[in-house]
Amino acid sequence: MSDSTLGQPVQKRNVRLQMLAEFWHYFSQNKGAVVGLAILILLVLVAVFAPLLAPHNPIEQYRDMFLTPPFWQEGGTLSFPLGTDAVGRDILSRLIYGSRYSLAIGLIVVSIALLLGITLGLLAGFFRGWVDVAIMRVMDVILAFPPLLLALVLVAVLGPGLFNAMIAIALVLQPHFARLTRAAVMAEAKREYVVSARVAGARNVRLMFKTILPNCLAPLIVQATLSFSNAILEAAALGFLGMGAQPPTPEWGTMLAEAREFILRAWWVVTFPGLAILITVLAINLVGDGLRDALDPKLKRS
Amino acid sequence: MLRFLFSKLLLIVPTFIGITIVAFGFVRVLPGDPVLLLAGERGMNPDRYQALLHQFGYDRPIVVQYFDYVWGLLHGDFGISISTKQPVFQEFLNLFPATAELAICAMFLAIIIGIPAGILSAVKRGSIFDQATMGIALTGYSMPIFWWGLLLIILFSGILGWTPVSGRISLFYYFPSVTGFMTIDSLLSGEKGAFTSALSHLILPSIVLATIPLAVIARQTRSAMLEVLGEDYVRTARAKGLSHKRVIGVHALRNAMIPVITTIGLQIGMLMAGAILTETIFSWPGIGKWMIDSISRRDYPVVQGGLVLIAALVMFVNLVVDLLYGLINPRIRHQ
Repeated sequence: MSDSTLGQPVQKRNVRLQMLAEFWHYFSQNKGAVVGLAILILLVLVAVFAPLLAPHNPIEQYRDMFLTPPFWQEGGTLSFPLGTDAVGRDILSRLIYGSRYSLAIGLIVVSIALLLGITLGLLAGFFRGWVDVAIMRVMDVILAFPPLLLALVLVAVLGPGLFNAMIAIALVLQPHFARLTRAAVMAEAKREYVVSARVAGARNVRLMFKTILPNCLAPLIVQATLSFSNAILEAAALGFLGMGAQPPTPEWGTMLAEAREFILRAWWVVTFPGLAILITVLAINLVGDGLRDALDPKLKRS
Repeated sequence: MLRFLFSKLLLIVPTFIGITIVAFGFVRVLPGDPVLLLAGERGMNPDRYQALLHQFGYDRPIVVQYFDYVWGLLHGDFGISISTKQPVFQEFLNLFPATAELAICAMFLAIIIGIPAGILSAVKRGSIFDQATMGIALTGYSMPIFWWGLLLIILFSGILGWTPVSGRISLFYYFPSVTGFMTIDSLLSGEKGAFTSALSHLILPSIVLATIPLAVIARQTRSAMLEVLGEDYVRTARAKGLSHKRVIGVHALRNAMIPVITTIGLQIGMLMAGAILTETIFSWPGIGKWMIDSISRRDYPVVQGGLVLIAALVMFVNLVVDLLYGLINPRIRHQ
């Protein structure tokens, strides 16, 4: 599709626009996906404008305001709309800043996993032979471990912290991309347009990245969306287990870890960060379902 | 069938070797000197250092050390825990029934709710029931289960006071472990109220651990069912005048179950990951909590051994699922 022979750029742009319109037509038929997209856009805006939206500094401790309930409960105040945590920090402000972490985690993890997975999958599917065997056996080994366990052990090796947690999660998620890419490349490599490009003198690198890869993108985009939400969940889980972002970072999973001992006394310190994770992940998964419907005609029936 | 079994077994060998390399390499890439890490808190002098170096075999070539390690694994030697001084394999065997009981209970819940929900959704496609079920399923699929567990504790233990917060059974009961499954042991003990206590401890963790598999199974059953309902043989069955129930229950369901069984098998690895979080929240004394405690205690022999054992377990379950798959679906077997 992308490796078309259309000469004029104008014509190419029209084709692109048409494809986009067609994509939106299918995507917008799934109402859940549109709602998910709207929530996601809202979240991005919140993350970008966090300093303007947050009523307080997310790590400032108000010493006379420990465990203040939300404003609608007795003892609550509107200056801390969702209450404060055990050391007097404003929960709403922490949640607003936390959206930056979650979205950044998703974006960075998926980028690393995509880059690694696509490269390995392209190499395996394109060259076959021992390269293929070596790469795919390593992927099998990674997939043999429960993902969270492997990420935990990797973080234990690298040292706890958000950056190391992201690297660990990316390493755990990338075999899915490698497998998908390999399968797609093997299916595409036999097609005539690839053979003709090769006959025309295209080198391996060009064949891999410019000729074949653009035609394997649909399943990769769907998988990337799924991995985006997985990455956020896993990073939050690592934070919850004390191996991800470290306090006082307002990362949602880390907030939950700090809130654990107060669950029976102050429901709000536990409820809101988890709700934020759930809404974010749900929105991304809704978009993922819509993307799958729009991009992958084989799965459209389900 | 034998050839099918053999080819599957053959595929497992390189993966298992890879797993042992990961577990073996793990301790070696840790920051810090392995001898200092393994030696504990006692004082260290050059003589003792040399002695320990020799005792742990670190003065030999790395390849020899690796083969020595694998040789030990094959003979059930998974190392000794630093904190309890117990063999890692023994600890694993002691704790495994707790995780197995929880996982089986969770999987049971996920299957008996997920499959009927998926079938009904497919049959009533587009109805309010279908939309609600799929909405709930996607929410379950997106759930941070560690938070979900905390919420259930707030509601059922805190506000309603129905269930205990943690552990496997009330401290009032004591009886010898026969099967390692608390619910069965409590029945065998004949103590009054013991079974109810065990069950009330089991229910919340099971719900939490079941959440994601339940959502996945419901979604997968629905889409497999929809696919099958569009096939020619279903139309033929209808045309023959078979009842709606028989077409759905026999002709469609049996074929739709094939991908669902694969999905269920794939959930085992997820279940182990879920067990780490669930057991941490509910202080459930299983291998998930054992692993996370060992990681934070830096008890590396346990982490190392646990990694191999858990990966081997997941691989074994996947093998069984693959074989079952071949058994119920001759098309795969004869490829």
